[in-house]
Amino acid sequence: MALKRIGTQTVKLSNPPSIISTASIVGPKEGEGPLKDYFDVILEDDLWGQDSFEKSEAKLQEEAIKLAIQNADLSPNQIEYLFSGDLLNQITSSGYAARQLAIPYFGLYGACSTMTESLSLGAMIVDGGFADKVVCATSSHFSSAERQFRFPLEYGAQRPFSSQWTVTGAGATVLSSTGKGPYITYVTTGKIQDYGLVDANNMGGAMAPAAIDTISQHFKDTGYNPEDYDLIITGDLASIGKSILLDLMKKAGYDLSKNYTDCGVKIFDNVKQDTHAGGSGCGCAAVVFNGYIYKEMVKGNLNRVLLVATGALHSSTSILQDESIPGIAHAVTIDNMVF
Amino acid sequence: MEYLKVFVVGGLLCVIGQIILDTTKLTPAHILLTFLISGVVLGAIGLYEPLVKFGEAGATVPISGFGYALSKGAIEGAKSNGIIGVFVGGLKATAGGISAAILFGYIMAIVSEPKTKS
Amino acid sequence: MENMNNKEYQKYVEQKIPKPTYAKNMLFAFIVGGLICVFGQIIGNILSNYGLNKEKVAAGTSIILVFLGAFLTGLGVYDKIGKIGGAGAAIPITGFANSIVSPAMEFKKEGFIFGVASKMFNIAGPVLVYGVGSSVIVGILYLILTKGG
Repeated sequence: MALKRIGTQTVKLSNPPSIISTASIVGPKEGEGPLKDYFDVILEDDLWGQDSFEKSEAKLQEEAIKLAIQNADLSPNQIEYLFSGDLLNQITSSGYAARQLAIPYFGLYGACSTMTESLSLGAMIVDGGFADKVVCATSSHFSSAERQFRFPLEYGAQRPFSSQWTVTGAGATVLSSTGKGPYITYVTTGKIQDYGLVDANNMGGAMAPAAIDTISQHFKDTGYNPEDYDLIITGDLASIGKSILLDLMKKAGYDLSKNYTDCGVKIFDNVKQDTHAGGSGCGCAAVVFNGYIYKEMVKGNLNRVLLVATGALHSSTSILQDESIPGIAHAVTIDNMVF
Repeated sequence: MEYLKVFVVGGLLCVIGQIILDTTKLTPAHILLTFLISGVVLGAIGLYEPLVKFGEAGATVPISGFGYALSKGAIEGAKSNGIIGVFVGGLKATAGGISAAILFGYIMAIVSEPKTKS
Repeated sequence: MENMNNKEYQKYVEQKIPKPTYAKNMLFAFIVGGLICVFGQIIGNILSNYGLNKEKVAAGTSIILVFLGAFLTGLGVYDKIGKIGGAGAAIPITGFANSIVSPAMEFKKEGFIFGVASKMFNIAGPVLVYGVGSSVIVGILYLILTKGG
């Protein structure tokens, strides 16, 4: 009997794991954005002394994980599982980061939804009594993503207004069976939504239906309403996806206009920083959550947050083969209090 | 006057490309190909020649001019050397640009590093 | 969401996308593209003043423009010209050089054979394939038509 399941897609954690520390590391551009004061480390050079952008991304993730563990006054050998993933082929950033850490490792691919995918799995493992301390992490890097998914850096192409800017950054969260919060209380796992969009320059539009589906399902399963949350925040829908979500949620009977925003909208000043629709990438939700949201929750400015990281599960090959973009969104409820 | 004609012809060709770029989902790579093949075809049926006479570099510097040179070379090759000339003529006429692109491209790749956009 | 089919959703999303700044983009494409061509004309004029024949002037101009496109790409300037000029930077032969040098630089980390050399024609390869291919077809058609007529 699955005693912890409520509704069709949600799990209510009966021993909610506590977030005992986080870490966020960002690149120079993110470090100039509106959230700059919330990040633990801001790089001056996004190569970070490495000789390729891919190696730099692996280092970003490794250092973020180490820093989070250190912030919890733990050492890597006290961590029982590492859940992490990234955007690159065969999630190499995560594999190479885990190589240095010697923590039992589950590699995940959820594209930009990886932050909540890892938090969901980590929280359920801890809640289920399979581990006391786990780390959930993810990373992305503008320059490694750009060359895998788009054009070479020095190629003189114009970016469409619907395009998003991959965040250079990594975030890590340490979950523990004991602690004084904030806690992860609910996990709503999303289903793939695909409305046939094929434009890889408009990922917000491709992912918005997944976020809409997961959030509506979360409300149905838990009985919560939008007002029960201080903040509902999606991963990287950016400005276009955000506006779609607000519109369509309203049509479905949920007014999110007061307490909803998107990590991709928060992280950059789109006009000043010329990031068009906003930020994207696994690192987007990761650094906004582990930097901004976590710190605001610890201060008590936010008490209950629904974090919904969103992913576009296409590849450059699938796009060339005219496949549409499958979207995914996973939600976790983060609560300062447990009832 | 000469430079004005060059400027206008070259500029207008690029404006056509920009319109295609902004109104469709095509990438700059598609635009390059579209212009190139247009140059080959227009060159073959004799419509590009007058544009080159009028606009000079304005018509030859855009990639459509490259296509024009290819088809003109192939036709001239056909005239002087028959079927062998067809295979040799196009590349012969454009060999300078291609060899330069390969050599300079290689050298530049060795001496410089791509920089992150800001 | 339930009462929206794929077509309806795609149409709805389309109208959410901000339209490009058409007039501004066209103006900059015109200026940047026009200026590059004028530059080509100046080079051509200088070369013919040195007494080079027409064929050599054409080849020389291409070589010099390709060099400049490659050089500016290496310096990290051509992508900025492209951001402003759009098609005005892509269509001139300097843009062709940019499309060759940028992947060659980018993939140096993967080595000099499978990186630089094989990725060099990532974007420009199709240009050569279709350009050379179609010109050969044009030549063959010319032979058939002139022999036939």
